[in-house]
This record gives sequence, C-alpha cells and structure tokens, in this order.
Amino acid sequence: MLFALAVAALVLVPVVVTFSSFAQVEGDILAHLTEFVLPELVGNTLWLVLGVGVGVSVLGVSLAWITAMCEFPGRRVFDWALMLPLALPAYVTAFVAIGLLDFTGPLLTWLRENWGLTGFPEIRSRGGVILVMSLALYPYVYLIAKNAFATQGAIALEAAQSLGLSRTQGFFRVALPMARPWIAAGLMLALMETLADFGTMAIFNYDTFTTAIYKAWYSLFSLAAAAQLASILILFVLVAVVFEQRSRTQMRYSTVGRSAAQHRIKLPPVLAALAFVYAGTVLAIAFLIPVIQLALWTREVIDIDLDSRYWAFAWHSVLLAGIGALMVVAVALLLAYAGRQRPGPAMMWTQRLATLGYAFPGAVLAVGLFIPVAALDNWLIEIGRAGFGYDGSEILKGTLLVMLLAYLVRFLAVGFGPIDSGLHRITRNVDEAARNLGTGAAGLLTRVHLPMLRASLLTAATFAFVDIMKEMPITLMTRPFGWDTLAVRVFEMTSEGEWERAALPSLAIVIAGIIPIILLTWRGSRPHD
Amino acid sequence: MKPTRLLAVLALAAAALPALAEEVVVYSARNEQLIKPLFDAYTRDTGVQVKFITDKEGPLMARLKAEGKNTPADVLLTVDAGNLWQASEEGLLRPIQSKTLLANVPAHLRDPGNEWFGLSVRARTLVYNTGKVKPADLSTYEDLANPKWKGRLCLRTSKKVYNQSLVAMMVREHGEGKTEDIVRGWVANLATSPFPDDTKAMEAVAAGQCDVTLVNTYYFGRLMEKNPTLPLAIFWPNQGLKNETAGVHVNVSGAGVTRHAKNPAGAQKLIEWLSSEKAQNQFADVNLEYPVNPRVKPDAKVAAWGGFKQNLINVKEAGSLQTKAVKLMDRANYK
Repeated sequence: MLFALAVAALVLVPVVVTFSSFAQVEGDILAHLTEFVLPELVGNTLWLVLGVGVGVSVLGVSLAWITAMCEFPGRRVFDWALMLPLALPAYVTAFVAIGLLDFTGPLLTWLRENWGLTGFPEIRSRGGVILVMSLALYPYVYLIAKNAFATQGAIALEAAQSLGLSRTQGFFRVALPMARPWIAAGLMLALMETLADFGTMAIFNYDTFTTAIYKAWYSLFSLAAAAQLASILILFVLVAVVFEQRSRTQMRYSTVGRSAAQHRIKLPPVLAALAFVYAGTVLAIAFLIPVIQLALWTREVIDIDLDSRYWAFAWHSVLLAGIGALMVVAVALLLAYAGRQRPGPAMMWTQRLATLGYAFPGAVLAVGLFIPVAALDNWLIEIGRAGFGYDGSEILKGTLLVMLLAYLVRFLAVGFGPIDSGLHRITRNVDEAARNLGTGAAGLLTRVHLPMLRASLLTAATFAFVDIMKEMPITLMTRPFGWDTLAVRVFEMTSEGEWERAALPSLAIVIAGIIPIILLTWRGSRPHD
Repeated sequence: MKPTRLLAVLALAAAALPALAEEVVVYSARNEQLIKPLFDAYTRDTGVQVKFITDKEGPLMARLKAEGKNTPADVLLTVDAGNLWQASEEGLLRPIQSKTLLANVPAHLRDPGNEWFGLSVRARTLVYNTGKVKPADLSTYEDLANPKWKGRLCLRTSKKVYNQSLVAMMVREHGEGKTEDIVRGWVANLATSPFPDDTKAMEAVAAGQCDVTLVNTYYFGRLMEKNPTLPLAIFWPNQGLKNETAGVHVNVSGAGVTRHAKNPAGAQKLIEWLSSEKAQNQFADVNLEYPVNPRVKPDAKVAAWGGFKQNLINVKEAGSLQTKAVKLMDRANYK
C-alpha cells in the first residue's frame, strides 16, 4: 500500500502543478475560449471518443477473435503482424493517409483526370480522423483481447454450445462478456491516447480539447489557461475511468479450464477467405501502405540525411525505451499486485490516480514535471553553492533519471492496463492452493503469478517500449544535451513541414519498435508450461 | 574519503570543466539541421563551443522560466518575432548594447528595447496557379476577401503562428473591426477546409482545387525545387500603396540573450556573428530565407523571385497583437 501511494504521489506531482494554475485565473482567455472555441470542440471531442471507441473495439475484438479462436490461411502471420501498427506513430499514418487520399493525392487525381470522377468524401473530416485513429490504436484492444480469448477456457464455450447456443451466440453471450475487463483495459488506453493526441489532430486540423489546450498556451501565450483546461480534461478522464472500474468491480473473472489454443474453429472456405481478406486489408491500410510510403520517401533523402549519428540516435531511443519499459513493467506489476493483496476503494483510487499520466497532453505533462524538478534543482544548487562552491547550473535536470521518471509517470497506464487485467484472471483458488502448500507472498508472486502473467507482462513491456520510442514532448523537454533520439529527429523535420525527410527517423522508429513485437510473439507463442 | 569531501571534490571538478573552453548554450526553436552547420562554423572561426537544445518555443520559454537564474541557456533562438516579444514580456531576455547589431539589423526587424534581433527574414506572400490566374487580378492580402475569389482561396490553418502574425499586423494597420471583416471574407472564399501546412495548400492550388493561397516563400522554394513543373508562381502583394504600412508581411527568425545568461558576452558575440556578412548567407540560404542584413544578397534562387517592398511596421507588433489576432480569427470561424 505504501508503495502504491508513493507511485501515486509521483504522478500527482504534475497533476498538482497543473491544477495549481487555478491560482492565476485567466478569465479573459477562458471566457473567449468558452464562447467561441469550446462549444464546437466539446462536440468534436465526444464524437471522436465515441467513433474511435467503436472503431478500435470492433477492429480489435474481431481481429483478436479470428486470430485466437479460428483457423484460416495466414493466421499464424496475422497473429503477430496485426500488432505492427503499434510501432507506427498515429501522426505518420495520418500524414500518409491524407497524402494519398486527399484531393491532391494520387488516387483522386487519377480518378479525376482519367474518368472525370469527383465528389468523393473528404479524408480531412471527422470520419477521416476517426478512421485513422482507429487504425492506429486498435492494437491496444487487439493484443489484450487476444490474450483473453486465447486463455479463456474453451470449456465455457463448449458448455454454452451444449446448452444450445450457436457459435455466434456463444461469442456474444459468453466469450465477449468474459473478456470484458481485458477489452475495457485496451479501450481505455486507446481512448486516453486519443484524448491526449495533438499530432494527428494538427494534421487533420480537427479541433479537440487538447488542441484548445495548445492554442491557449502557444497562441494565446497563457500556460495557466492551458493548464486549467488540462485539469478539466484530467478530471473528466478520472471520472470516466473510475466509473468504468466501478461497473465491473462486482464481477470476478477467472480462467476456467484448459486453454482454447488447441481447439480453433476451422472456418469453412468462404469464411476463411473472408477472414483472410479482412485481416489482410486492415494490415495493409494500417501498416503496409504507410510503411511503403515511408520507405519511398526515405529513399529520396537517405543520401543526404543518413550519417553515422543515426547509430547514436537509434541507440539512445532503444536504451531509453528499454530501461523505461522495464521500469514501467516493474512498477505496474507492484501496483497491480498491491491491489490484489489489499483491494478496496482507497487502493482503487490510488491505482487510478497513479495511471492518470497517460491522459495528459504530452507537453503539459512535460512542463508539469519540469517545473518541480527545476525548483528542486535550484534549491540543490543553492546548497551546493553555499556549501561546496558548486558553480554549475544543473544537478538533476539534464540527467537521464528525470527523463526516465517522466516516462514512468506518462506510461504507467500502458503497463498497468494489461498486467492488472491479467492478474484479475488468475483465480483466488490458485493463491489458496499455493498458500496451503506453504508458499509465502514472495513465492506466490515469483513462482505462481509471474509465470501465469507472462503474456500480460510482455504485452505491457511492448506497449511501454513502443510508446516511449514514439514519445516527443517529454523527450524534447527533459533530454540532456546531446541525447537526441529518433523521435527528436522526427520533431526536427516535421516542425518546419519537411515530412518526407521525417520518413527516415520514422522508419527507424518502426524498425526498432518491431523488435519487441517479434520478441513478444516468439516468447508469447511458446506452448504454456 | 568522507562523503561530503567527495562531493566537494566532484563539485570542484564540475566547476573546473567550463574553464577549459569557452562555451555558449543556446535554446533553439529553429531546427537542428538549420543551425548546427552555423554553430560548427562559429566554433571553427572562434574556438568557442556552442551547446544547444531544440524544442518548441512554448516549452523552451516555460523551461527558462522554471530554471530562473540557474538556467544553463545564454541565448534563446526562435523562428518568429511573436515568441521573442513574449519572452521579452516575461522578463526572460536582457537588453544588449551592440553597435554591430544596430548596424546589421534594420530597425523594424528588432526589438526597440534591444532585447532581441531578427536574423533572417521570412516573407509571407501570395502563390497562385499560373494556368488560372493572371497576376493583374491579384493585388493585396485584403483583396482576397473580395467575393470574386469565392471558392478559389486555400489557406493554412489559423493555428500556425505565421498566419497569426500576418493577421496581427493587419490589426495594427486596419484596426480590429476591419480586419475581422477581411478575415471573414477569406473564410467565405475558402475552396476547402484549411490545410495543416503551406506545402499542402500550394499542392491544392497546383492541382486546381483552388487558385491562390498565402505561404512563406521558402516553402514555395522547397516545393518548386522538388517539382519544378508545377504551375505555381509568387505574387508580391500590397506593393502599389504609398504609406509605410504597405508592403509584404515579413517575420523574422531571431535571437536574444537570456536574462540569467552565464556567458552574456559570449552570447552577444554569437548573435553579432550570426548577423554578420560572414554568417548571414549561410543562416538564410540553408532554408531559402532572406538575410536580415541589408548588405547581404539573398541566394540566387531566392533573388530570382524578384524584389519586393517590405511592410515596415516593427515585427514586435506580431507578438503584442497576437492574442487579439487569434481571438479575432476564432470569432471569424477561421479554423
């Protein structure tokens, strides 16, 4: 419990800094935003959350179901390949989608010039944003739901069928409700990322709550007003998360019986072909086409831009993401475990607060962390000066420690989601059996739970690794001199609109992000002991 | 060794390091690829090391503020005047007395209080489709609000500071009411929703989705370098009028010395060097911008677009009127 509180306290630092902005009320700016900006963007944001929620759920659950429970040609490849869009930053997918599908893109140009066809729906629209975000974020749901389906007892489904339910009914009335906490965990991650997204929204010029936060800060020069808006966003997320949590605390989800992996449904040819086409289309649009486009752009700039420094950029990215992911997984595991040992409302609130960092717009979180670190540093420097003749200007700032703690605060949720929902699926009978056999608390964790959680831990580590690789605002603000990463390169190129030149670092991020996904597949697909 | 003594030794060692070579630390919102070659040249020229970190202006200023007098930064470098004005308002910069800078940087492109100085000029102008528009039909920014352009105008989003600066300057020139009417006219003439960047807007003009747009010239240069056959050309607006407020809207990429700089003299020398004839071409040409120093000629490719008269209102107004401009654009429903 103490540990959980300590973690929550760490996350609360930027929350408190952000909320403290209310000390300086920017009535003028807030009045303006309320009158002219908020009405539209509240509607925009709700539509976006609704659309992306439905999009990622439908894509994620359906793909998870067919790859986990059915057998069709190519299933083994799709099983891991459908995770790949995770390695692709959403703003890259957005830029490629607009590049290809807008009025000036090759497709519409060709249709217009050769066939005189016009009047297609605009990609730069609400539907377009929802589509792109859904394609970019469905892997959160897919990956967690796939673990759920794969470990869900086949016995439950067989029981449902023996009670006269068809397979379809079995899916909707047994498998889906049983997988609900897992699907919800993935959905929460996707929606928090959607709410906090700035890059994709900027490319679509789609106004959301988060774009208004940046408008208040960058355009109206008021960090205070931005922080006030961010506070409202955070409160909204907190309420939603707690509400979701409450609605399912009464239920207990545990695995019953043996794994279903050996009992895939063999699809008849027509359905198998449909499954193949469906999974193939999603993979092509969400990953293959954007990556091919990136590769083509990269070819144009590789001679000018690729130099020996890229090894350092890639090394920094992988190192930071690697250490960061380990920290996230370790802390998330302890936090989730604390919840299992001492459930209750206090613990639930602590956990929810500790994982709020993911809902912050990145740059607001970065500032919220930087301000207290700088204050602490100023204090340390004063002591250093008075006592030791210290003459520098940075003690904590400009160390990797600050950077890694910031990543922890931001990405604890992506580790916590899969691990907590994984832990929920381990029945208490297992604990009791182990205790009866004389296993202590530590032994229970290391010898019983950890092996059972392997897939969840790997999922958590992959999410954290890939997310840190893609992260921009915290990296920019807290990196020590000379610690540029691949994401920093992307920023350098895109900040003046040189998207084609950003393809090289983007592609490098994708390649580096694929490594843990392949690792995850390789480890995760080994037969259960 | 006792821990306290160890700390003291470490602190001394840390204190001794900067003495080895003079160093200037820069916080830059201008891209690494645009500034690093210059800083390398400066080091070759003077032996002074330049350490820098890049980020957006907002976070860089928040950082300077949070660090207070312990900031490592000596120089703040940005890509627009509005943010420099804001940094000065927040007390993050210090005035510097430099005859060199006063001589190298025209009066309307630097802070009247000498806290910051423009280093390259970015001109925001009209680009039109040569197959659909005759130059004679074009005249001013304001004229784009004329109903004759209905369905023929493309614009970049109002969230970009370049458009905010342009509208801020128009507020200074025409007042808020008239400017709002003009912006409403623009919005009414839009052929499609605003674009995320200048390049996309020009591509739409080239593809015939609209006929004319507003861009910074270096985006035009970059696009034409890649694809020289596009039916696009530059038009310099607001040239015929006589008053001092007439002319092409310009902004600057510029720099100032931070209030709590550890090496203010070194910082000033670096900025002076950047404004000198030696460095100006490299500073501007690498991004197809205009040198700020009137004695330095622009790159040949840039010069080929022809000369133009600049709007001579001090660029600091882009900052002081930015909030007004943004609110006005929100009211006019310019997304």
